[in-house]
Amino acid sequence: MKKILSGNEAVARGVYEASVVFASAYPGTPSTEILQNISTYKEIYSEWAPNEKVALETAIGASIAGGRSFAAMKHVGLNVAADPLFTFAYTGVTGGCVVVTADEPGMHSSQNEQDNRNYAKFAKIPMLEPSNSQESKDMIVDAYALSELYDSVVLFRMTTRVCHSKSLVEFKDRKEVGIIPYVKKFDKYVAVPAIGRSLRHKVEERTNKLKEYSEHSKWNYVVNNHAEIGVISSGVSFEYANEVFGDTVNYLKLGFTYPLPEKLIADFCDNNKTIYIIEENDPYIEDFARSLGKKVFGKDLFPYTGEMTPDVIKRAVLGQNFESLVPNPELFVGRPPTFCTGCPHRGFFYELGKKRKKIIVSGDIGCYSLAVGEPYNMMDSLICMGASFSAGHGMQKIMDMKSDDDRRVVTVMGDSTFFHTGINSLINTVYNNGNTINVILDNRITGMTGQQDNPGTGFNLSHESSVIMDIEKIVRALGIQHVRRVNPNNLQEVKETINWALELETTSVIITDWPCKLKKTYNDDDMVKYDKMWQTKDMVLEDKCVGCKACLRSGCASLVFNVEKNKTEINSNTCVGCDVCKQICPYDAIVKDDRYV
Amino acid sequence: MSKSIKVVGVGGQGTILLAKILTTVLVNAGYDVKMSEIHGMSQRGGSVSSEIRFGDKVNSPVIEKGDASILVSLEQMEAARHIDYLNKDGILIVNNYKIHSMVTLNGKVKYPNNIIDELSKQVKTYVVDGTKQAIELGFDKVMNIIILGALAKALGISDLKWEDAIKENVKPKFLELNLKAFRLGLSQVN
Repeated sequence: MKKILSGNEAVARGVYEASVVFASAYPGTPSTEILQNISTYKEIYSEWAPNEKVALETAIGASIAGGRSFAAMKHVGLNVAADPLFTFAYTGVTGGCVVVTADEPGMHSSQNEQDNRNYAKFAKIPMLEPSNSQESKDMIVDAYALSELYDSVVLFRMTTRVCHSKSLVEFKDRKEVGIIPYVKKFDKYVAVPAIGRSLRHKVEERTNKLKEYSEHSKWNYVVNNHAEIGVISSGVSFEYANEVFGDTVNYLKLGFTYPLPEKLIADFCDNNKTIYIIEENDPYIEDFARSLGKKVFGKDLFPYTGEMTPDVIKRAVLGQNFESLVPNPELFVGRPPTFCTGCPHRGFFYELGKKRKKIIVSGDIGCYSLAVGEPYNMMDSLICMGASFSAGHGMQKIMDMKSDDDRRVVTVMGDSTFFHTGINSLINTVYNNGNTINVILDNRITGMTGQQDNPGTGFNLSHESSVIMDIEKIVRALGIQHVRRVNPNNLQEVKETINWALELETTSVIITDWPCKLKKTYNDDDMVKYDKMWQTKDMVLEDKCVGCKACLRSGCASLVFNVEKNKTEINSNTCVGCDVCKQICPYDAIVKDDRYV
Repeated sequence: MSKSIKVVGVGGQGTILLAKILTTVLVNAGYDVKMSEIHGMSQRGGSVSSEIRFGDKVNSPVIEKGDASILVSLEQMEAARHIDYLNKDGILIVNNYKIHSMVTLNGKVKYPNNIIDELSKQVKTYVVDGTKQAIELGFDKVMNIIILGALAKALGISDLKWEDAIKENVKPKFLELNLKAFRLGLSQVN
């Protein structure tokens, strides 16, 4: 049976076919849908972890206990999981284990563009790189065989286009391998220095065997079109190169990319007059080819950043692209992503914005990063998951050293980010007598990646009820005395709370508590707590609106300013009655729409 | 040879479902098909696009500028933004509807009002009142299926089982409404 699957769906299918029994991940674009799809296979136990390190560690435990295990994360997630990865690279596996890293050339939804192929070399573990969905599935199945044969975790490097593009996939059945009986292996898994030293030699022996495998791996092959030009490529770049050159060049397609096949690459270079190395992000293959003394075209010709799409290759090699229409810049303006109508972050950032001159805002990764744009312009920094509290603490310590600048640092992060690594950062602030104002924007879900449950929501990946971790109780348990929970849609309450926190000279925490507009699953308690949520609509009384545009500072996409009438209008198709604009209007021109009360 | 269709719009308008049904119908007809879309941040009211390529054998999942034979836009300004993806002999199908962006909402910049006139001068353009017609049908969200109907007609490949593909991709309780929307869309293109 052939079905059209995204790379992420294909990986999930591969994990199923490979008889994996344990899978974990933390959501992160473009990898999120892998675990979501895995969770639809009842044969695989799967769970969301609070962060990538935990996800990998649970997968390591599952492997040690004898089950085939799996973890997935976006590229920056592997930084978080790097600690266990590097030692797991030494110990090897019992049940096979594969880790997906989903890289983002072009940074569609990421803060950087790191090339995680370097991690395979760094950690000395085998790596596979699929080009399309069929390979995503087939390589995963093979990755488990390799993992067990060579006694190593396998890194599986995907990129946005491989994850999110769809192509046809031929299915196979799941081949049960069962769970390997547990035997204590002290010399293998207890990585104290003495054992670590002996494992280090094993790693070297393994790498030498893998070098041999790489030369004959079915994933590394030459396509001989009897041409004089040779293209070496991996991942989706291979598809792009095929689009551009078709059968006019020879190809060396590399799918098993750590360790790279030395002889295969050297011979291919020697057998072609001109060599182009087409790869996204770093000159990973190129540097290797150059280290063999080969003359190649690589990043001297192709851009060092972004995707190597066919148009980019054509521009670099052929110097021309398809003839295309020229867009008229007068016919469109920018359309950056923005907070949804009804987003609970809006009311909070509206009020915080009024304090702009008195504060520095330390931001974090999540939907609230959208407050960087109009009309909020709120963030002073944004580094990585969980950094807002800790980077903010460092900033505040320096600001406190300045006698002529009394600005306070306000740190913001969401509920899922708090559970990810924010807790550790907050511990640091409390422990070191910090005095930042720490805001946890609790929208009761992991929002940006598309509504995944987390330890605060009361549900797990299997849709079972689980303990709801109460953020307020956690924060108080850390020893923070000054904690307030607010409804972010109640502007008066938000304003008073921000003023309260600014008056304090010690660490405080503000928890904004209102669900994401896109949240789908609720607890019984939620239905009582968030009364009449999304059930009403607001409207503008045309005779009262004076066109002052104050409401537009809320940044709501349901408010449209009618220039001809000089009045604001509310789109009744999309308004969900959060009342933020209603509270801002100085002329009481916005009211509840009676038809929807 | 492969053929490319690009579908653009604003997050939440239903570009993904439209692209999914198009993909289904082409796969069912035996074509090699690749579809690419970017999701994540841009779904929050930002500009979104799906790219579909089909033929005997498709390599790249992404469309180059100047390569699309049809550009489908669920919103006016998005059509203008992505017009360079269209081949100069290609067809533009545009939903006659404006969605403001943050910069036009607050009146700082005006939403351009001559988009469709200007684009029709550049390329063959079909304008469909999809949003208005969807509201008349009783559900504004089926706009994307009305536009799909227009696309089905403009694509001009007979033997594609569109209604089966819709059935595969929408919930049974919305099927009738979606089929109605699709047929309405079919009648908009001559």
